[in-house]
Amino acid sequence: MAVLNALIEAAGLEKTYPARDRKGTAFRAVAGVDFQVHRGEAFGFLGPNGAGKSSTMRMLAGVSAPTAGTLRILGLDPVADGRRVRARLGVVPQDDSLDTQLTVEENLLVYGLYFGLSRRAVRARAGELLEFARLEDKAGERVEHLSGGMRRRLTIARALINEPEILLLDEPTTGLDPQARHVLWDRLFRLKQDGVTLILTTHYMDEAEQLCDRLVVMDKGLIADEGSPRELIERHVTREVLELRFPPGEHEEVGRKLGDQVEVLPDRLLWYADDGEQALAQATEAGVRPLTALVRRTGLEDVFLRLTGRSLTD
Amino acid sequence: MNDRIALPPAGGAHLVVLRNLWVHKGGSPWTMALFSVFEPILYLLAIGVGIGGLVGEVPGVEVPYAAFVAPALLATAVMNSALEETTQTAYAKFAFDRFYHSLAVTPITVSGLVLGEIAWGMLRGLITGLGFLAVVTALGLVTSPWVLLAVPAGLLIAFTFGAAGFLTAGYVRGWSDFQYMQLVMLPMFLFATTFYPVTVYPEPVAAVVRALPLYHAIELVRGPALGQVGPGLLGNAGYLAAVGLVCFLLARRRWRRLLTA
Ligand SMILES: Nc1ncnc2c1ncn2[C@@H]1O[C@H](COP(=O)(O)OP(=O)(O)O)[C@@H](O)[C@H]1O
Ligand SMILES: [Mg+2]
Repeated sequence: MAVLNALIEAAGLEKTYPARDRKGTAFRAVAGVDFQVHRGEAFGFLGPNGAGKSSTMRMLAGVSAPTAGTLRILGLDPVADGRRVRARLGVVPQDDSLDTQLTVEENLLVYGLYFGLSRRAVRARAGELLEFARLEDKAGERVEHLSGGMRRRLTIARALINEPEILLLDEPTTGLDPQARHVLWDRLFRLKQDGVTLILTTHYMDEAEQLCDRLVVMDKGLIADEGSPRELIERHVTREVLELRFPPGEHEEVGRKLGDQVEVLPDRLLWYADDGEQALAQATEAGVRPLTALVRRTGLEDVFLRLTGRSLTD
Repeated sequence: MNDRIALPPAGGAHLVVLRNLWVHKGGSPWTMALFSVFEPILYLLAIGVGIGGLVGEVPGVEVPYAAFVAPALLATAVMNSALEETTQTAYAKFAFDRFYHSLAVTPITVSGLVLGEIAWGMLRGLITGLGFLAVVTALGLVTSPWVLLAVPAGLLIAFTFGAAGFLTAGYVRGWSDFQYMQLVMLPMFLFATTFYPVTVYPEPVAAVVRALPLYHAIELVRGPALGQVGPGLLGNAGYLAAVGLVCFLLARRRWRRLLTA
């Protein structure tokens, strides 16, 4: 049975943060989610800021205790067995937490010692990882002097020091330029090929589509749906979408005219159709005169929009 | 599975100390000590030797004034070294470097982290204490071999204030909060019998002074330094140990909340 192979099983998982002060109120960031992750898979959480992705990741990392529900990681309870769970995970947090006082290589060495590795083992492993992260010629450099992309690669290398079975990546490429993102994706592909189970969060559709075998769409602490990128697109949207732009203020009116099949956004109308050109012809026939019209393939952005009525990055 | 991994003992406290040593390996322990003893030595020269020339001998103990003040300045210097590491430096590690967050996802435990940072403060305190001791010896202000008890006493003092400091750091909201700390530390430094015996205070005030941890720290160093070793020192040590232990337990609880929310 597939469940037996699940490296991670979450059921009814919740996280409620207590009020920060007497005037505040408690906040439920994760409101009951179920999911399973299997060995060797690349599993993603796609959702906008505030969806509860990082809160979920911190529970998976064995750092933050769930408020309700059950969570098993590698067959262990991440609260009762936190240390043993953490020893077998690699974590790339959303915010950089490299040791800026140390050099690139020292960051790897000292981190390995935290995992109880011997100095010899750690030295050998650091060499491999410097190469993996393409930082061989930066080994003696202070972390402060690295670019954003290099820091991110070093953070990933650091998370791999203990040869983890699962690598957790919280928004691995946010804030990086396109080139740095591609280098990073390439490294993550390699890890996947080596059999490392990847769990990542992102609010980039392209990243989710590129990297994830399976993903959940998360919004307001809940999972809206789950599947492979292909499945999700097939389930929720048509093959193509027609994007129509009008002068400001006319969207609502045109939207009413075209009926239910269109989604009205602040800056454009989206008409989901299996044949976008045909939809455009229909629109023209109906007397609609857009400023611009564009037919494109649908993607996860559209899935998100259909599931939540909101755009991912706003 | 990875059989090369053996979870570090004691929550990995020694590894936290090791990391701090790596960061400081540019400067040797003695340059560290030099910076830490610079200020108390200035006090010793200005007040101990300078004003001491006017004061002469301290009644009751019959030693030169500088020899009376030196042990108190040693206790204060050790305290300040431990505090510096566990307050300002610790706050920067937490809020800016996110160093503690990076430990939270490793097998290092919160207990290990808190113990490690306090132990690091103790190491800094020890180095400062030894440096100061070397200077006062050179100045000829040592009157009794019992002064060597200042070494274990210094470790205990650094533990107490290190634990208190790390507890405080857990409540700091921004740099300006350190001004409040100064509001407590400066009066304590001035009035905890640093420059004169507790007998100068009328009884109700003396009782308040005796409640200050720094008072006990000074007693613990001054007694042996002046050759007065008695059971009273155990009371001072016990007081410091109790304060340190309570602060350690509270600090651990606080940091657990901050790091594993
Ligand atoms: N420690 C915390 N205390 C209180 N609220 C928090 C805490 N951490 C996150 N939150 C809140 O929980 C919500 C979800 O946050 P997060 O899990 O970081 O979402 P995401 O990673 O998807 O952006 C946000 O509204 C955030 O403000
Ligand atoms: Mg996040």
